[in-house]
Amino acid sequence: MSQNGLLSISNVTMRFGGLAAVSDVNIHVAQGELVGLIGPNGAGKTTLFNLMTGVYTPTEGSVSFLSETLNGRKPYEIVRSGMSRTFQNIRLFRELTALENVKVAANMRNETSLLSAVFRTPHLLRNDDEIDNFSRNLLEQMDLADVADTRSGDLPYGLQRRLEIARALATKPKLLLLDEPAAGMNPQEKVQLMDLIRQIRERFSLTILLIEHDMKLVMGICERIYVLEYGKLIAEGKPEEIRKNPKVIAAYLGEEVE
Amino acid sequence: MRWILGRIGLFAVTCAVLLAVNRVVTDNIRVDIVSLLVLCGLYATLAVSLNLINGITGQFSIGHAGFYAVGAYVGGAWTMLMRPALEKSLPILHTGTQIGDHLNLLIALVLGTVCAGLTGLLVGLPSLRLRGDYLAIVTLGFGEVIRIVILNTDAVGGPRGFTPITELVNNHGIPLFWVYGLLVVVVLFSRNLLKSAQGLKFLAVREDEIAADAMGVNTTKVKVTAFVIGSAFAGAAGVLYAHCQTGITPDSFDMNTSIIITTMVVLGGTGSISGSLLAGMVLTALPELLRNDFIKEYRMVIFSTLLVVFMLTRPQGIFGHREIALPRFLRRLGKKGESTP
Repeated sequence: MSQNGLLSISNVTMRFGGLAAVSDVNIHVAQGELVGLIGPNGAGKTTLFNLMTGVYTPTEGSVSFLSETLNGRKPYEIVRSGMSRTFQNIRLFRELTALENVKVAANMRNETSLLSAVFRTPHLLRNDDEIDNFSRNLLEQMDLADVADTRSGDLPYGLQRRLEIARALATKPKLLLLDEPAAGMNPQEKVQLMDLIRQIRERFSLTILLIEHDMKLVMGICERIYVLEYGKLIAEGKPEEIRKNPKVIAAYLGEEVE
Repeated sequence: MRWILGRIGLFAVTCAVLLAVNRVVTDNIRVDIVSLLVLCGLYATLAVSLNLINGITGQFSIGHAGFYAVGAYVGGAWTMLMRPALEKSLPILHTGTQIGDHLNLLIALVLGTVCAGLTGLLVGLPSLRLRGDYLAIVTLGFGEVIRIVILNTDAVGGPRGFTPITELVNNHGIPLFWVYGLLVVVVLFSRNLLKSAQGLKFLAVREDEIAADAMGVNTTKVKVTAFVIGSAFAGAAGVLYAHCQTGITPDSFDMNTSIIITTMVVLGGTGSISGSLLAGMVLTALPELLRNDFIKEYRMVIFSTLLVVFMLTRPQGIFGHREIALPRFLRRLGKKGESTP
């Protein structure tokens, strides 16, 4: 593992009953990298994300982030330490507006008490103003300012995806996990998304780990790629290496029969 | 520190207005209508407090009468059992004077609220791990458990009922003051909470628990907090109920009461404070107003038909998630009046 390792997943296995959804996986992500995680359906990619973010605790092995082990920590604690995510099937707070969605996340480090909210103390009002400004600013940077007051469930699909990324950014993460950000997008939207990912990476000096099915997107922006099949890591390397790797080709296209 | 003065001023003005209204109403209006107004206020309080749990935080609880009962009996126990014991050493607790009555009621309120809140904590901690229908069944069960415990406690009269000193409230015609004072507190509490960034946590839990968790919201804490606050307010309403009625029996707090309160929240529009408030008032007053000679035979039929019609035509409730807000209403009027936005 490199010195500036941000995230390291060591020998992680996750069993659901008799099924090993993830077995003996090792993944290391260094500060500032943009890493892809690919694999056929059911390979265990999302399970791996759930292991990192504390939704599941690994049966064996450990996940550590910023040199601290995450085993047994709750999702809300992990996001506070600087790892934020989006979801494969969009999980916005649908009845809330775009702005409110971002505010929920921006509220994470809010230290005001419930009582101060009830009495509307000046301290709370200042604090609320800060959260409001920060959230509006973020929406502006993500080109979502126009829809700030729209109910998020009413937004077009592409904007919902974008808002989910904005919401994840509002927690001020160091590591951003994107779970199939391009799912359901048309080619044009995918190109925009690639630009967006590059942009936010620069602007927020992020490290990004993303799951994606769209090879063009993954090969286009990722610096390093891990390939998962049936819960096992079958390859790791630069995009051009992965493209030529016979195991990866076999996993995606099947093997030739003699 | 100007804001503290402002808040105190607001408090004083509200008290003065309530006292004045109380005086005017009690002097000029028939007693039976006053007691109906009291019931309306209490049920509106119950509905708004349950709305904190059901509507805003999205945890479907249908055992609210249990916490209402805890408040009623704890408040009653103070007035009937504890106060007389303390009265000898603390003459200020004598009833019959304005100050004594108000003070006693205030102590009863604090005790009832705290105990109901603690019961809420006790019930909420284990049961809020459940979701949806399962949570509903558990809360319903707990509501019944509380009622049956009271039914078997001889110190508070068991099935025979319990009669706290009703004069405590009725002597000086003060029930409306306390009941509507409590309603104002509950409504302001909910509204201020929702207006702050803090309040968004509660809504986020309702919308999507997994996403809320992933955005740094401690969902268990939020759910338990809402449950405790809602229960505590129900307890406060219970204390006032006990002191406004001539007597309370465990039957006043059965499953039907819980279901009526839940109906109010759903009918008002889950999540809408003004909806719960209005539905609480209307659903309490309606069966009574239908008591006139002409249609009294059919009043429950009309009542339930109205509910069914409402559920069919407007399942999201009267207001849905929205609120009646004076500023927005004025703005809309302004927009209609002049064409400039």
